[in-house]
Amino acid sequence: MQYEGEVVAGSSCLLRFLTTWIGSFQEFLILAGLAFRNVVRRPHYYDDVFLQMDIIGVGSLPIVILTGAFSGAIIALQMSRALNTYGASSQVGAIVSLTLVRELGPVLTALLVAGRNASGIASELGSMKVTEQIDAMRALGTDPVQKLVTPRLTATAIMLPCLTVVADAIGLFGAFVVAVPLLRLITSEQYWSTSWRALVLNDLGQGLGKPFVFGMLIALIGCFYGLRTTGGTQGVGRATTQAVVAASIWIFFVTFLIDKIFVNL
Amino acid sequence: MPDESSVLDFQRVSLQYEGTWALRNVSLALKAGETRIILGAAGSGKTTLLKAVIGLVHVDEGTIKIFGEEVTSRKEHELYSLRGRAGMLFQEGALFDSLSIGENVEYPLMNQQPTGRQGDEASLQSEADQRAREALRFVELEQTFDKFPSELSGGMRRRVGIARAIVTEPPLILYDSPTAGLDPITANTIMALVAKERDVRNTTSLIVTHRYQDGELMANFRYNPERAELVPVPEEEQTDPSHSRTKFIVMKEGEVIFLGTRRELESCDDDYVKRFVRHEA
Repeated sequence: MQYEGEVVAGSSCLLRFLTTWIGSFQEFLILAGLAFRNVVRRPHYYDDVFLQMDIIGVGSLPIVILTGAFSGAIIALQMSRALNTYGASSQVGAIVSLTLVRELGPVLTALLVAGRNASGIASELGSMKVTEQIDAMRALGTDPVQKLVTPRLTATAIMLPCLTVVADAIGLFGAFVVAVPLLRLITSEQYWSTSWRALVLNDLGQGLGKPFVFGMLIALIGCFYGLRTTGGTQGVGRATTQAVVAASIWIFFVTFLIDKIFVNL
Repeated sequence: MPDESSVLDFQRVSLQYEGTWALRNVSLALKAGETRIILGAAGSGKTTLLKAVIGLVHVDEGTIKIFGEEVTSRKEHELYSLRGRAGMLFQEGALFDSLSIGENVEYPLMNQQPTGRQGDEASLQSEADQRAREALRFVELEQTFDKFPSELSGGMRRRVGIARAIVTEPPLILYDSPTAGLDPITANTIMALVAKERDVRNTTSLIVTHRYQDGELMANFRYNPERAELVPVPEEEQTDPSHSRTKFIVMKEGEVIFLGTRRELESCDDDYVKRFVRHEA
């Protein structure tokens, strides 16, 4: 009997968890729908879009450059050993460019921007929520989604592909430093030529399409957790953590979905 | 035709949060120039009631009308024009951190400009600047125009909040705990400004407070523009309920359990109501 009671309690707990999760996901979709609709609706807050592009894009540049350079260098180092085994050291440029452009560049950049900006957006909007600034905005006739969410969505969707291109380029240069002057695996011309030729339109599509989707996800998740913050400063901290965790998980899930589509093309 | 003298009308308004009543069958009405002081324990629904007035929270049942127009049936974007006719002071001021004091006070002016209004951007900005300075002068904080909210004390932020609420000269102003957490001297300064605003512009006011003294000041004093100070209301007006434009509401678990004048409040026998009378902060 006691065992049956535990099963019932466990089932109701699972049901409650699922109901809450589905409810939250529904709220997220509504927020996303409103934010996308506002992209074509007046008023447009261009100043806020440019400000966010500066904060998200320019502000993230140093960490993206550093991460890109080291990830390229690390791939070249690891691959050099494996490729040597098969006598294919000349392909190091091709492997690095494919890995970076298709997968690591978009995902690593998105994870960095999620860590830096999803948290920033969630904490900023969360603080505004708990200090009633969001209510004040509504009371003063401004739509918070139009003023706060849409500019962040637009700015992140524009800046993340740009940051990814920078990360890819710097990563290729980092790999070049390891493969050419450091390990002398191939010549400079061979490296750049194989790197470039390895890429096809599908790779560039993935390389730019993924960060565009990730950018929208990061901004929307940051805004979603920020706008539903409750419980004072403790709630702001909780919202920030939840935003980063959710954004990171969704980045991996969505990259899997996109890969599934593109790999078969 | 809506009744123009009826500024606010609540009809059997109810709202529940996760099974708990935030508002329960609340009915009340305010005419132009009247004041209601809302007293009650924390969580009794005072702030929810205030937010429901301008549709910041959506109620489950009942109807709310301001200026004869229904709030409850409108969608969010349909409420913006209506909200432009009501000012609201939030509990901690709710000033926008990223904007200067001047920009905060100008915000409603720049945001609620009627469509089709003539004038270039520069002249609109200059007019907004001037009106924001006037509003800040009203609360005696004109010198803070270029400062940021983080540079001001709690009481000053509250006064800037009043300036932002009155800058568009709305006929209805909602005050959410204007004196909460302030020392008695600053609290009296704030309430004197609230009374001054009410009497200078004949605004309708709904004031949520924990302090009985705030309501007492609103009921017993009025602003004298010639002497530029608050003067006591004549005794006969205080005793005659038909003359009293200031009434008290006491809320308990989302319900209005008392509505009456200061005298009626002071003579009420209810134990819960008595807790809010002459209670020193």
